[in-house]
Amino acid sequence: MRGELLATRGRVIAIAAVLAFAIVSPLFVDEFSVLVLNQCLIWGILALSLDLMLGYTGMASLGHAAYFGTGAYATAIMSATYGASFGEAFVVAIIAAAVVTAICALVALRASDVYFLMITFALAMLIWGLAYRWDSMTGGENGIAGIDRPLFMEDTITYYYFTLIVAAGVFLFFSVLVHSCFGKTMVGIRESESRMRALGYNVWLHKFIIYMISGLFSGLAGFLWVYYNSYVAPTDVELVTSFNALLMVSLGGPGTLAGPLLGSTIFVILDNSVNMFTERSLTVVGCIYIVVVLFAPEGIMGFIKQLRTKAQEANNG
Amino acid sequence: MTFWLTQIFNGVSYGAIVFLLAMGLSLIFGVMKVINVTHGTYFLVGAYFGLTTLKQTGNFFLAILIGGIAIAIMGIVIERVFLRRLQGNDLGQVLITMGFVLVLQDAILVIWGPDPVSMDAPKFLASTGRIGGFSFPMYRLFLIVFAAVTAAALWFFESRTKIGSSVRAAVDDVEMAGGMGVNVPVVFSLVFGLGSFLAGMSGVLAAPWLGIQAGLDFEILPFAFVAIIVGGMGSLKGAVVASLLVGIIDNLGKTFFPEFAYFTLFLPMAVILAIRPSGLFGRAM
Repeated sequence: MRGELLATRGRVIAIAAVLAFAIVSPLFVDEFSVLVLNQCLIWGILALSLDLMLGYTGMASLGHAAYFGTGAYATAIMSATYGASFGEAFVVAIIAAAVVTAICALVALRASDVYFLMITFALAMLIWGLAYRWDSMTGGENGIAGIDRPLFMEDTITYYYFTLIVAAGVFLFFSVLVHSCFGKTMVGIRESESRMRALGYNVWLHKFIIYMISGLFSGLAGFLWVYYNSYVAPTDVELVTSFNALLMVSLGGPGTLAGPLLGSTIFVILDNSVNMFTERSLTVVGCIYIVVVLFAPEGIMGFIKQLRTKAQEANNG
Repeated sequence: MTFWLTQIFNGVSYGAIVFLLAMGLSLIFGVMKVINVTHGTYFLVGAYFGLTTLKQTGNFFLAILIGGIAIAIMGIVIERVFLRRLQGNDLGQVLITMGFVLVLQDAILVIWGPDPVSMDAPKFLASTGRIGGFSFPMYRLFLIVFAAVTAAALWFFESRTKIGSSVRAAVDDVEMAGGMGVNVPVVFSLVFGLGSFLAGMSGVLAAPWLGIQAGLDFEILPFAFVAIIVGGMGSLKGAVVASLLVGIIDNLGKTFFPEFAYFTLFLPMAVILAIRPSGLFGRAM
């Protein structure tokens, strides 16, 4: 009991510290660093949404770039082609992400395990194909440029704080969700689908709802990304983007909320800085994939947990 | 009429390449349940190996062989050292093959440079054939024949040899096959080697037509995936039929609906998946 209380207190302190850092640090660093931090937040939202499926429910999606990309493209098309406002673009982006996610979920949920991976992958290719080829709508290979933020958040720092508020909201919502009854059901499905079915839970409906939540928040990340970048291109929807999201979750620690944020932060910072040290950035990222899979299957959070358990055992012994 | 002949012919020749690539992917998935994302990059690296061999020796067929063998060795090493210890960890296996994609792509940049290169077909295949009003590049006919012969050889291997029956047994049920005395680790290496060989070989074969350049690996990989998803994993018949369909549909799609070229290819796949998740010729799950 005392240990649990201490752990909760530790968690609150950690969250407060990270939040304080996220609020204060932009005031002391150059603009480039603020941009990088902003990227960390946006990819963090994507990684969090993916983790809801991958880590908590045990549904490994190989195509999350599709929902991210749908949100991104809907935003870009509304804003650049139809001159929609920030709010209007937001509404359309979320609706588009919801529709695409719902269709994909209906198809993908017919399979499980490695076939689920395969189908989500294939569906993401479909969305990529549209982005890449539907020139008149998506600008094809060149993408869509010139998406401007509203005047009041035009500068880098204001938009950073806007993203921070959104990200904090997402984090709060997710932590309420995973600690609720619904969240416990998710973990139950991950551990044993047949057991949950026997207990009378509608497993399919739970999976569908989780898929929808995950897709919607991925779309939100896409929406934020377009206004961050003022540009969208097929590379935002491609296979590598889906994989990077998976890597962020695996690196940080699937099945935790801090993990995806940690993973995305490390990945984004590395991705932005490795070029300064070496031309072989592809090899570096490739090796991260290999090392994480082989040596840290539970990610950094899993590693910390292991250390903590060992320390406790030492105390008790 | 000539227009349609040309369309179908081009589709079938592209299907031939897709078949060679997809068959390897399908074998690997069928037996080991690994979604091998590196497969497209094997194709590309194989093409580069072939190019170097051709430059050194001037022998195109030796280039095909070396391209295949080099990739087979690479594939077997990756399977033995890395993938085997991740058995049962689907996601881990996919992620690690992605890691190898990035490392290999970087290796290509270091060894062969970033610029696209072309490769010449042997002289006797560089001509244009003609039947009535319909003319076609001889090399593409060669591709179709080559793929057909390979399919026949694979069929013979699968259904008429002892090792082939072990492979089929492993596709059906790895554990049972092991229990019945099939040496599963050897079958795994063999299958991965053969699958990689096919990928490397198809890269060299495609080079005189598609060229060799960074990015080609991810361009061609989806076609192979569509082919095995539609055809059914591990099924030779499925790979043949689906590759031809993929080649033809892609060609017609690009001609008639250029804006939806990939959509026309991927949509039928999604529909088939929704109705029959194991593919046209795959075993029901």
